[in-house]
Amino acid sequence: MEAGDYLALLTGAWTTLAIAIPAIVMGAPLGLGLALIRWRKLRGLDTAATIVVSLFRATPSVTLVLLIYYAVPQIGIQLPELPAAILTLTLGTMAYTCEIWRGALLAFPVDQYDAAMAMGMTRAMRFRLIVLPQIARASLPALINEMTLLIKVTPAAAVIGLVEITRAAVRIGAETYQPLPPFIVGLVIYVVILGCLVGLQRVCEHRQTRLGAP
Amino acid sequence: MMNGLGIVWQQRGVMLGGLLTTLELSVIGALLAALLGAGIFAALINRARPVRYVAIALVDAMRCVPFMLFCYLLYYGLPSAGVTLDNFTVGIVALSIYHASYMAELLRGAWKELPKDTVDAGIAFGFHGFGLLRIILPPVVITAVPMLGNQFIQIIKDSAFLVIIAVQELTFSANAIQSIYYVPFASFMCAVLCYWALCLIVEGGVKFFSLKTSMQR
Repeated sequence: MEAGDYLALLTGAWTTLAIAIPAIVMGAPLGLGLALIRWRKLRGLDTAATIVVSLFRATPSVTLVLLIYYAVPQIGIQLPELPAAILTLTLGTMAYTCEIWRGALLAFPVDQYDAAMAMGMTRAMRFRLIVLPQIARASLPALINEMTLLIKVTPAAAVIGLVEITRAAVRIGAETYQPLPPFIVGLVIYVVILGCLVGLQRVCEHRQTRLGAP
Repeated sequence: MMNGLGIVWQQRGVMLGGLLTTLELSVIGALLAALLGAGIFAALINRARPVRYVAIALVDAMRCVPFMLFCYLLYYGLPSAGVTLDNFTVGIVALSIYHASYMAELLRGAWKELPKDTVDAGIAFGFHGFGLLRIILPPVVITAVPMLGNQFIQIIKDSAFLVIIAVQELTFSANAIQSIYYVPFASFMCAVLCYWALCLIVEGGVKFFSLKTSMQR
């Protein structure tokens, strides 16, 4: 492997993050939206949300990314590789984070909500000032864990031709006739990214136990 | 779109073949992963420190590797090590080794939650090694069943990654139909629905099992 190959792998790492970060940034709020729909038991929407979550939790990212990449242009919308990959992982993240948020919402003490109501807070204020800060703190470790799972499915984007870490490694292996060295370097990059996230998760959990949060 | 569905229906043999391969991959993969996982679990709770540390290192390493990269590593790495296997077998090996670590970790999580009386009683009666493991495992497995079911779903989903080493599973079949007839929506949607059905069956099985065991208590 030459210097250019290492650079190619680092560029791949950039692409991996460019898929994963937007996916969590959009997927987590969407998941919260679905969780709220299920929590408030909005009629009709509730069932729809349950079905959407069940379906996307069961769909492999590889299959979904192929579906989105090939089928969306058929209805007349141009969709390049990167947005297709981000959309795929956003939908998966939405389904998984919905369950995380829902767990936090179900564990949320109702008396606080009642107290906020007694203080005359509007629904929006109750959610923004009372519920959201607490469920966000309770969900944070699980959300970071979801981020590590997300990084591990980003190679799915390789099947539609995005050159992220894994595909960059395959390419270099094909050019140099030595497949193993680029895979090992790629692996090290994944370990660094995931190691950072696991470290972050530990810090969050440690701070929470110190602050005495549930 | 109706046209697309018609074509997929015409090609249902291909789809069904893919579905059966996915089923084979995930069932064999899950069984082997569970067996291997039980072995790694035994090492994780071993009182000999070196054994435990090696097992922890293995589990932690696997949790940092994306499954697709692991597939490629085996696919290209095994021949260099002098082992040549067909793609299907590589897929099974990849699924079982990769998920064994996750299974072991789930079993350890369940073990931590359970009271240690059975272990102490087993030791007091002179059990050790495999005999002791036989006493420890059943309650651990029963506690871990919902988590193991989730892991089984993960195995079904990860089997789709094997399309990259040309294992002819469900996603491969859908892609094959798509590339010949250009009916991407119908073919991939059909695959997605098949995956959904498989996962719903697993979830149903887990629920049924939990109901059974809670009734027996």
